[in-house]
Amino acid sequence: MSAAPVHVAGERLMLDPAGVLHWPARRLLCVADLHFEKGSAFAARGRLLPPYDTRETLARLIPLLRRYRPRRVVFLGDSFHDAHGATRLPPAERAVLAHALADCEAVWIAGNHDPAAPAGLPGQAVEDWEEGPLTFRHVPAARATGEIAGHLHPKATAPTRAGGISRPCFVSDGRRVLMPAFGAFTGGLDVTDAAIASLFPRGGRAFLLGSERLYAFPLAGHGAPRRHAPEPALRTS
Amino acid sequence: MRTLPEPFAGWFAARGWAPRPHQMALLDAAARGEHVLLLAPTGGGKTLAGFLPSLVDLAHTPREGLHTLYISPLKALAVDIARNLTAPVTEMGLPITIETRTGDTPVNRRQRQRERPPNLLLTTPESLTLLLSLPDAPEMFAGLSAIVVDEAHALAGTKRGDQLALCMSRLATLAPGARRVGLSATVAHPQALRAWLSPTARAEDVRLLETRGGAAPVFELQLPEGHLPWGGHMGLASAPEIYRRIEAARVTIVFVNTRAQAELIFAALWRLNEAALPIAMHHGSLEIGLRRKVEAAMAEGRLRAVVATASLDLGIDWGDVDQVIQVGAPKGVSRLLQRVGRANHRMDEPSRAVLVPANRFEVVECVAATEAVQAGDLDGEPPRPGGLDVLAQHVLAVACSAPFRPDDLYAEVTRAGPYAALTRRDFDDVVRFVEDGGYALQAYDRFRRLFRDSEGFLHVRGKQVARQLRMNLGTIVETPLLKVRLRGAGVLGEVEEWFVSTLEPGDCFLFGGQVLRYERLDPGAVIVSRGGEGEPRVPVYAGARMPLTTYLAARVRAILHDPRRWRHLPEPVKEWLRLQRLKSELPPRDGLLVETFPRGGKWFLVAYTFEGRLAHQTLGMLVTKRMERLGMGPLGYVGTDYVLAIWSAFEPKGVEALFTEDILGDEMEEWLAESSMLRRTFRNIATIAGLIEKSHPGAEKSGRQMTMNSDLIYDVLRRHQPDHILLRATRAEAAQGLTDVARIAALLARVKGRIRHRVLKQVSPLAVPALIEEGREWVAGGAEDALLAEAAALVEEATDGAEHFSETLAEVTESVPVRGTSVARAKARDRRHARYIRSAPGMVTGR
Repeated sequence: MSAAPVHVAGERLMLDPAGVLHWPARRLLCVADLHFEKGSAFAARGRLLPPYDTRETLARLIPLLRRYRPRRVVFLGDSFHDAHGATRLPPAERAVLAHALADCEAVWIAGNHDPAAPAGLPGQAVEDWEEGPLTFRHVPAARATGEIAGHLHPKATAPTRAGGISRPCFVSDGRRVLMPAFGAFTGGLDVTDAAIASLFPRGGRAFLLGSERLYAFPLAGHGAPRRHAPEPALRTS
Repeated sequence: MRTLPEPFAGWFAARGWAPRPHQMALLDAAARGEHVLLLAPTGGGKTLAGFLPSLVDLAHTPREGLHTLYISPLKALAVDIARNLTAPVTEMGLPITIETRTGDTPVNRRQRQRERPPNLLLTTPESLTLLLSLPDAPEMFAGLSAIVVDEAHALAGTKRGDQLALCMSRLATLAPGARRVGLSATVAHPQALRAWLSPTARAEDVRLLETRGGAAPVFELQLPEGHLPWGGHMGLASAPEIYRRIEAARVTIVFVNTRAQAELIFAALWRLNEAALPIAMHHGSLEIGLRRKVEAAMAEGRLRAVVATASLDLGIDWGDVDQVIQVGAPKGVSRLLQRVGRANHRMDEPSRAVLVPANRFEVVECVAATEAVQAGDLDGEPPRPGGLDVLAQHVLAVACSAPFRPDDLYAEVTRAGPYAALTRRDFDDVVRFVEDGGYALQAYDRFRRLFRDSEGFLHVRGKQVARQLRMNLGTIVETPLLKVRLRGAGVLGEVEEWFVSTLEPGDCFLFGGQVLRYERLDPGAVIVSRGGEGEPRVPVYAGARMPLTTYLAARVRAILHDPRRWRHLPEPVKEWLRLQRLKSELPPRDGLLVETFPRGGKWFLVAYTFEGRLAHQTLGMLVTKRMERLGMGPLGYVGTDYVLAIWSAFEPKGVEALFTEDILGDEMEEWLAESSMLRRTFRNIATIAGLIEKSHPGAEKSGRQMTMNSDLIYDVLRRHQPDHILLRATRAEAAQGLTDVARIAALLARVKGRIRHRVLKQVSPLAVPALIEEGREWVAGGAEDALLAEAAALVEEATDGAEHFSETLAEVTESVPVRGTSVARAKARDRRHARYIRSAPGMVTGR
């Protein structure tokens, strides 16, 4: 797995193809939109989705924590699918998560799904997080520089000679980075959607997640138009 | 032999009709309380035969309430039959009420039908399912005397058929005395159809009545005047001949195999239509109102021809059709007969049909199909076991109607033909899935949808569950579609979402017989205007092409192998086969011919397997996996109905090792794990079973989103509970139907030790059609990432990195104007390249 560097506000940030952002100078790891306990949130409303999403998301997150050994982990909001998500976290998963966070400082940024601090987990809960020239927040602000944000679950479709291939992606224009959603049951919103495109008026690049590396495409006209994807589906329904 | 009672006898006599023997036979069977399957060709008064006993009974002893339930696969057919029945009932002054109930029935009438049902209720499987899920179902159906299933052959063996069989089993519990009458076209497996209809799942409990068609149909082969194409499936080269035949006949149905082909043939005919003959088009993506208009015009005799897809295979009779033209190979004998039967609905005269093959292989296929019809042979797969996803929906529907005991329901369900062999374990797992999701991790105890009372009855928890079920009812899962809305003129029909995603404003495409200019995308609709410049593209639809049936494939193989059977083949085809014998050899009847030859810097392997496109796609996947393992560097493959062609970086040697039965082991496992075909199957199963929401037109969630989400669920479930009931159902369904694994297994067993490998210097005559075929698949295993890498590099360098692939193409004899996405557009001059874009979704979704 080779991470790709981007420079934002003079800082060198590494975009990891697993979907996390690493800031080597600060030993900071950032992950967005985990949506823990999304399965059980649906089950409560009668859609009995598999209850394994938290386990799966953790299984992907823990090795990254081990690899980067960050001093600080910034959870970029919507870490839990709803306000009660943290209380539904099964004991085994809670223990695994607490253990993984034992050696670092956890920063839980509030998201629209999880406005309150996660009960019974280490770390501090904040509205947003400023560090050096960078601001970490859940919902991207209209005009911002040096911002790392999530919320929108960006994905992009790259045209290839065998048709379009869709992947979650980072989006950056050198002023800000929009993070892909990390959770196992998180859908995506296409980067051509106005909600994302309007954040990058001067264009930018989409970094599509691959199994070993990222694939970069220019944002404006980076491929066939995909104008129609609405809100991330399982989230709104 | 009984006679027809009054007033029926008088009514028949007044029209100069005599009751047909099978109509009387059905009266007899009804008198004995027997269940009957009537196999008869169209035009035999089949539907009237089905209703006659009910009409006679009701005329004799009028009564209130539901007497007979009629179920048709088509809404339009139910409505048409209601109209046709109302006329004689009114004329004879019979005290019989007749109503339809479909998705279009207004709410107030539905309510009244529940309170005061008509004597005869005409409906569809979906509407019946909904009725049975209501708490007052036992009351409504208690007095039911007869169930008439029309076009039973079109339902049995499908998920709708599974659902109907379960519903009939339910009805047998509610109304044990109800007789069943199945009406069907002639089929290859009457026993299986009897079992499907049977209230005991045993074929013997249904009497079989068969009326043979009068005269055998007459076929004619029509070739294009000029060059006989090597490849292509559209048949456009024959448009002038088709037009001339339309001119010479009264009313013609021009059957085609796909909606894209319908658009192209329709456009080609209108370009030739100097006499301005009224020629219309009918296919499943046109707006329903437009389709009804075409049907009405046809019924009123205002049309000279209609270009139609399978959307007209079934349905309303139009007596005046005197010619059927099949453009493109028929792909199956039963299907051909069904289509031919649409012409000349009088049994004593032969139906006439013209077959218009689009390429050389299709000529052989047409001849094979004609010979099969003359020999009286039919094809068609026997119905497969019922789907567990359909059962899950049914279990919840039953629970919504009334509490049930699992033992009772299991007994009831296994009386339905498709579920006769259902194990108790599978049944219990399905019930548990409905109850709490059926997960090994018992996390959802407090979210369960059913609860058990002390007497072992299962009850639905809360009204929301029933509401959700009703939103989700039915077994038809639509591909994500977008409406096509013409500015100022309303909706024209629907196209698939992926197709729209390849358009940019200003692009034009052919739809509903006109060239439309893409303006923009509104939520749920594509906004278009008329006209536009440049070559229009043609929307294509997933799963549109029928694969060749096993039976017809065997006949094609037999003809190719034996020069003595070439006498019905036209000269250019004979010449082609002779050339093949000279340059290579003819495919053996039972063995397998494999040719390898170098071309354009790579090696080609062509296997003459004749197992149909679906089987070849799967086989291609498996063989290329094996080639990868053996270091042959496979690059891609294409499966036609007849052959599998693979290209690789290195010369494939020892090809026997590629076609051994053990590729169904390791390679199969590996392939299945990642197959996007399985993902699609899972999506359908999860939707039908109610795990994920069905997409509703106009709803916020688009189909694309749903695809993605079901993929996420699939991945997570596969990793954490691979034996979950829905994954078991997915694998079972994939193995049975879609992948044709059984066909591959039979092939590999048959050719064992009989593989003939010819190493050639160049492409052989028989291999050419495969090399110019569309719909190429990429080799799996990181292929997506490889494609992304390439595309990324391409965008960076703006060079023709993809070019080497196009060079493997030979000349294209019949081009469909297609333009691609922006990358392709950069090289729009190279149409051969752009063709991939058209087959593209097949790649991305692994179709």
